[in-house]
Amino acid sequence: MQRLRRTMMFVPGNNPAMMSDAFIYGPDSIMLDLEDSVTMAEKDAARLLVHNALKTIDYGNTEMVVRINPLNTPYGKKDVEAVVKAGVQVIRMPKTETAEEVVELEQEIEKVEKELGCLGRTQIMAAIESTKGIINAYAIATASKRMMGIALGAEDYCANLKAQRTPSGDELLLARETIVVAARAAGIDALDTVYSNLNDMETFRKEVELIHRLGFDGKSIINPRQIEIINEVFTPTEKAIEKAKAVIAAIKEAEAKGSGVIAVNGKMVDRPVVIRAQRTIELAIASGVLKKEDL
Amino acid sequence: MELKEAFAGTLESGDIMIQIAPTNQKGLQIELDSSVEYQFGNQIRKVITETLTERGITDAAVKAVDKGALDCTIRARATAAAVRATGVDVWK
Repeated sequence: MQRLRRTMMFVPGNNPAMMSDAFIYGPDSIMLDLEDSVTMAEKDAARLLVHNALKTIDYGNTEMVVRINPLNTPYGKKDVEAVVKAGVQVIRMPKTETAEEVVELEQEIEKVEKELGCLGRTQIMAAIESTKGIINAYAIATASKRMMGIALGAEDYCANLKAQRTPSGDELLLARETIVVAARAAGIDALDTVYSNLNDMETFRKEVELIHRLGFDGKSIINPRQIEIINEVFTPTEKAIEKAKAVIAAIKEAEAKGSGVIAVNGKMVDRPVVIRAQRTIELAIASGVLKKEDL
Repeated sequence: MELKEAFAGTLESGDIMIQIAPTNQKGLQIELDSSVEYQFGNQIRKVITETLTERGITDAAVKAVDKGALDCTIRARATAAAVRATGVDVWK
């Protein structure tokens, strides 16, 4: 079954209390941050905290991601060593602009994994935060077999674009669509940018509904309060599940009879409809609202 | 091993602040301030001692102000203070 990545929660890498409590809120992934949320003077201490937390705390089924500092800073390579040695599942690379940067990260990961004898353990996701990165999105998404997803970083992207941020997000549409198309073509996940105004949950919900319609797998979040709304929007409704079950049942029946085209409730059902129905069922099972035995 | 005075950590809940200073006395003199000293004092001292010894620090005056840190946090903060005090990093 596919892994759900509806919510990837940012947790500052220099805050031990938040690091030990984050999984209680039930995000699909936790992203311990060594980059923007940690001051330069505390980079060494945060790296050690994250290393020791990953080695010690049992986060259960929550996917553990660490956002490292860029490799061209004095911190990036040490971050890679520390988190790979601690067994992190995914390294999130910030400000990715080219496929070559992904390859460079892969080589750094390999060095450490070879030493540990666990070659291929660590996955990579790339945050794309510039116009150049958006232009290269597909090349980035396919730069390594370790790639599990690409994410949009809207603040830096908009600054680079010379665009204004708006509640409707018109200025991000091209970038969002590019991320989803590149991710789908590469067979990996697409994650949306953070929404940082915690006092405006109505606009947040609209944004989540938008990115759900666009095809994203989930969103980076900054606060546990955002989890419930995303899960609500991303969990298939009872009506959608019933419809998907009817499509799957009809296609199974048609296959048994050897007929090709089928109809459900008077509407023709072809391959794309079946694929969408299967995805709805998978998501419903992964979200816990449908059991395999109920199929 | 030559030491300079250094500290790591914060006074926030769930954290511990550890300060290391050179001393003429032998051994690690650990002065601990913790609201859970009665329950966990020995364990906190043990983690600090183990971590500093691993980093080659055997003689030092150590002050620790604990705010309910987990063992992994104590280890991380003691290591960070040791790295800062010795100038020898953990990573390549």
